[in-house]
Amino acid sequence: MTDDLESLHSETAAALRAAADLRAWDTVRVGVLGKNGKLTALLKQLGTVPAEQRRERGAALNRLKDALAALIEARRLELEEADLASRLAAERIDPTLPPRPVPAGLIHPISRTMEEMAAIFGAMGFAIAEGPDVESDWHNFGALNIPAHHPARADHDTFYLPPATEDSPPPVLRTHTSPVQVRAMLRQQPPLRVVVMGRTYRADHDATHSPMFHQLEGLAIDRDLTLGHLKGCLIDFLRSFFGIATLPVRFRASYFPFTEPSMEVDIGWNRRTGELGGGGDWLEILGSGMVHPKVLANVGIDPSVWQGFAFGMGVERVTMLKHGIPDLRPFYDSDIRWLRHYGTTPLAPAMLHEGV
Amino acid sequence: MKFTLSWLREHLDTDASLDTITDTLTRIGLELESVEDRGAALAPFRIARVVEAVQHPNADRLRACTVDVGDGRAISVVCGAPNARTGMKAVFAAPGSFIPGTGITLKVGEIRGIQSAGMLLSAREMGLGDDHSGIVDLPEDAPIGESYVRWAGLDDPVIDISVTPNRGDALSVRGVARDLAAAGIGTLKPWSAPPVPASFASPLRWAIAMPEACPFVLGRTLRVTRNDASPRWLAERLIAIGLRPINALVDVTNFFTYDLGRPLHVFDAHKVAGGTLTMRPGAGETFRALNGRDYTVTAEDCVIADAAGVQSLAGVIGGEATGCDDSTRTVFIECALFDPVRVALTGRRHQITSDARQRFERGIDPALLPAATEAATRLILDLCGGEASEVVAAGAEPRWQRTASLRFSRLAGLGGLDVPADEAVASLERLGFTVAARDAERVTVNVPSWRNDIAAGTPLDPVPGLDVTAAAAGRALAEPEADLVEEVLRLRGLDAVPPVSMTVPGPVPQPTLTPRQTRAALARRVLAAQGLAECVTFSFTEGTQAALFAPADPALRLANPIAADLDQLRPTPVATLALAAQRNAARGWPDLALFEVGPAFHGVAPEAQPVLAAGLRTGATPRSWIAPARKLDAFDAKADVWAVLTALGVPMEALSVSADAPGFYHPGQSGVVRQGPKLALATFGVLHPRVLAALELPGPAVAFEIFLDAIAEPKRRRRAPPDLPAFMPVRRDFAFVVAADVAAETVLRAAKGADRALIAAVSLFDVYAGAQLAADEKSLGVEVVLQPRERTLTDAEIEALCAKIAAAVTKATGGRLR
Repeated sequence: MTDDLESLHSETAAALRAAADLRAWDTVRVGVLGKNGKLTALLKQLGTVPAEQRRERGAALNRLKDALAALIEARRLELEEADLASRLAAERIDPTLPPRPVPAGLIHPISRTMEEMAAIFGAMGFAIAEGPDVESDWHNFGALNIPAHHPARADHDTFYLPPATEDSPPPVLRTHTSPVQVRAMLRQQPPLRVVVMGRTYRADHDATHSPMFHQLEGLAIDRDLTLGHLKGCLIDFLRSFFGIATLPVRFRASYFPFTEPSMEVDIGWNRRTGELGGGGDWLEILGSGMVHPKVLANVGIDPSVWQGFAFGMGVERVTMLKHGIPDLRPFYDSDIRWLRHYGTTPLAPAMLHEGV
Repeated sequence: MKFTLSWLREHLDTDASLDTITDTLTRIGLELESVEDRGAALAPFRIARVVEAVQHPNADRLRACTVDVGDGRAISVVCGAPNARTGMKAVFAAPGSFIPGTGITLKVGEIRGIQSAGMLLSAREMGLGDDHSGIVDLPEDAPIGESYVRWAGLDDPVIDISVTPNRGDALSVRGVARDLAAAGIGTLKPWSAPPVPASFASPLRWAIAMPEACPFVLGRTLRVTRNDASPRWLAERLIAIGLRPINALVDVTNFFTYDLGRPLHVFDAHKVAGGTLTMRPGAGETFRALNGRDYTVTAEDCVIADAAGVQSLAGVIGGEATGCDDSTRTVFIECALFDPVRVALTGRRHQITSDARQRFERGIDPALLPAATEAATRLILDLCGGEASEVVAAGAEPRWQRTASLRFSRLAGLGGLDVPADEAVASLERLGFTVAARDAERVTVNVPSWRNDIAAGTPLDPVPGLDVTAAAAGRALAEPEADLVEEVLRLRGLDAVPPVSMTVPGPVPQPTLTPRQTRAALARRVLAAQGLAECVTFSFTEGTQAALFAPADPALRLANPIAADLDQLRPTPVATLALAAQRNAARGWPDLALFEVGPAFHGVAPEAQPVLAAGLRTGATPRSWIAPARKLDAFDAKADVWAVLTALGVPMEALSVSADAPGFYHPGQSGVVRQGPKLALATFGVLHPRVLAALELPGPAVAFEIFLDAIAEPKRRRRAPPDLPAFMPVRRDFAFVVAADVAAETVLRAAKGADRALIAAVSLFDVYAGAQLAADEKSLGVEVVLQPRERTLTDAEIEALCAKIAAAVTKATGGRLR
């Protein structure tokens, strides 16, 4: 390469190094490769070069052009890179700032438990039945073999509403979910399997009783259901609900007006620690039995053909046991701090395939 | 039902341990409530003799005693009791023993220079009462060195069981013993009451003027020589089960109430006017009962009256005027049979609970009256001396005899346990049933007189208007079998029945929820996802608070509220949510978002108790560095309504909002969401300032109600394929100036309706009112999305469409383009 080319190369390289931004870089680029650029001028002068040197000169100019173009492009990338880096540096945020607030809502533990119950009993072939909170005396008591004088009525601490007429029995706030059994049997011919979950009311208010609480009620009627099925159904439910495959379950003879034979069901726990599953103590958890023939006959189902079982348990009670909630009263107080502590996300509903 | 172990052993011959007995009671349906072993804590204390008690040389109030506990040592004890004296018998606690009344473990000590190696105990120090006036002063014949507990009969555990309402027979020690014997815990001892000969004619007679209440009654006059305190064995039994010994005559009646489940009453015959006691209806008279209270009896109550008037409320409580006291020398025993229903209703009417009522209302043994009368006569004569008249009676023993049949196959078919026929029959026989007939398939048994719960055949209460003839016939067969299956199973223990899992029609379960329930579940999840916290509040509230939300319906006021602030069924869950917000605000949490899915009450009929999803937001949006907090307004509540309705598949474009929301909302900042002119799906808005003020709620507060029952099930038809035009949409913005009272909805509908084919969407992006407009005008910024379908629209076509839109809005609202 001749000196003039050599010096153009070094001159350009120096100019590029000196170009601090893309604007200065562009000036260098135009000054070399532009229409009036130095290299362009040299190329234009090629015609004036003597013919014998022209070929060599031309080749040298072409090499120089490639070299300068590469130099210029390389510098452009460098400058762009630096540009981006400084922009990114300028755009830096404090990533520890809190995000936009998205208030989180939640599901009440009673609803959560009832969802879990629906999922488990649904898998055992039960459908959900419903009934009103204000019930007739007949649905709540008479149909269920609890006549007006029955001693069991005294245990129910019933809330009454004013009677429609002087002689009619006053409507009651249902004292249990059992009247929905009656409604279900009047609505649907057997065989049937229903569970009922809902509000129930008793005139009792202290640390362990609330005037309103929730019950789960189950009813299965078929031709050949026995006490053995009742036991199997309840054991399967309790072990699934509490998530303890070996949960001890004990059955004791008892009495309810609407079942016979009747039994109360205990689960094994440790009274001292409150831990379920072992510990040698027993905790009464639900009442159950074979549906009383009178209850079936009262709704026109022949008890010599159809038989079945019924059971009921307190929703709050099993919720407290499952989650170790010590006190009943906050369930109804709507203290936002308690709700946030025990509430669950709506985006993880109880589903058997995700585990209840 | 309380009894002591030794009392049980009077009727039950058994070697079983206390634990075995109590476990068995629970297993067979006589659930153990508690076992109180009063003696355990007192076991170390012995009977001692105070050999000498002298004044302590260095203390005025103390005595220095020398005590003999029968082991030959002379023990020095310093005692502060004023009654400590030479020669007395007392209870001695040795060093190292724990004193239950003080919670202290004794040590050998020195009190003012004299050694004290033990303690002489007061009743309070032993935990046996409040007496701390001095140390226990035992009778002279108390044996030195003997365990005090054993000597005093306190080593007898008190067993408390809960007896279910069907088991009147188990409200007696004998009944409990019979059940235990039938369950294999020992043998029931025979019991009989030999007749006591009569030595004179009874001056008192019975008359029954109310046979439906009292079919049968026996009586007997006894002339006694004394009526003082009962002997120790009787007094101790009564004390152990929580009864107060009164005098021998009264104590005997209480004894048989528990021993045989046979309530008795004793009249002081000298206080009875005339020669006849009559069972008759009350007639509005007032009498004073043994509990010291006055009761006014009604014609529904059965009373026992003499010539002077009412003396007893039959089967419930006796009267003060004819009661027995220390001076009673002529006593008339009442041994009656009363109708359980009438006793229950009388007891409830007058709010009297008594041991007698508890037994009569469950039904007592109708065949026991003669024997019980003899047994009571014998015991009274033993305790009080004297002689007895003949037995006088009125009415007759009702026919209680009946049979019950059991097909043996039902033990497995209903009970799920295959019990051998012989074992089943043996179980029933141990309970007192006797076999009337038996073959390979079935047994027919005579039901014992005391088991009125078996094959009772009480009347049905069928649903009105339904023919239940076949069902009633089936019940006549099934109920006695169920009764007997229960007896056999409970004696074997239900744990013996093998559990069987439910079979299902297929491995994949059917949906468990009805569409209505799914709606409620989805609404719950959507609202929680909207950021609201689910609450469960009471269905009832205070009448005045309910009245803030709807006129309080007297038909929905509780007749017997548990508290004055819980007396009215709520007209809307918003009412109780507002109280929840108030409580939270009072705790320092004013910014809230709460909801509830629950009933509102508009009447007592089932359809007047709809399920609502209701919510309440108070305060402001959260403060944040990124966006300032904003006070809540009606559109926060509307957004919640919209979220739920959208999720429930409501056709949102078909909805309209009217301004006639209930009175608890701000009348100018609320709305009713309607589908068609009649169907209201929801309400929303700002709470009325008066409601806020009455509840002392800091504002703002916005609420909503969604009537889940009003929402139609989404149609389950196949969806049409989606509309995916190939051409880019064109967006144009308009500003319409309309009168201030023109509803935005009207403008949007008019714009949307201008060209049904090409206008894909219309939305409002701005509302302006201010200086650039007249005072009664506002400007609405509306974006219209035009969706070409066949080809790209030309500018001229777009212009024409825009003019059409402007014209449509002008026509509908009188508005103009700004």
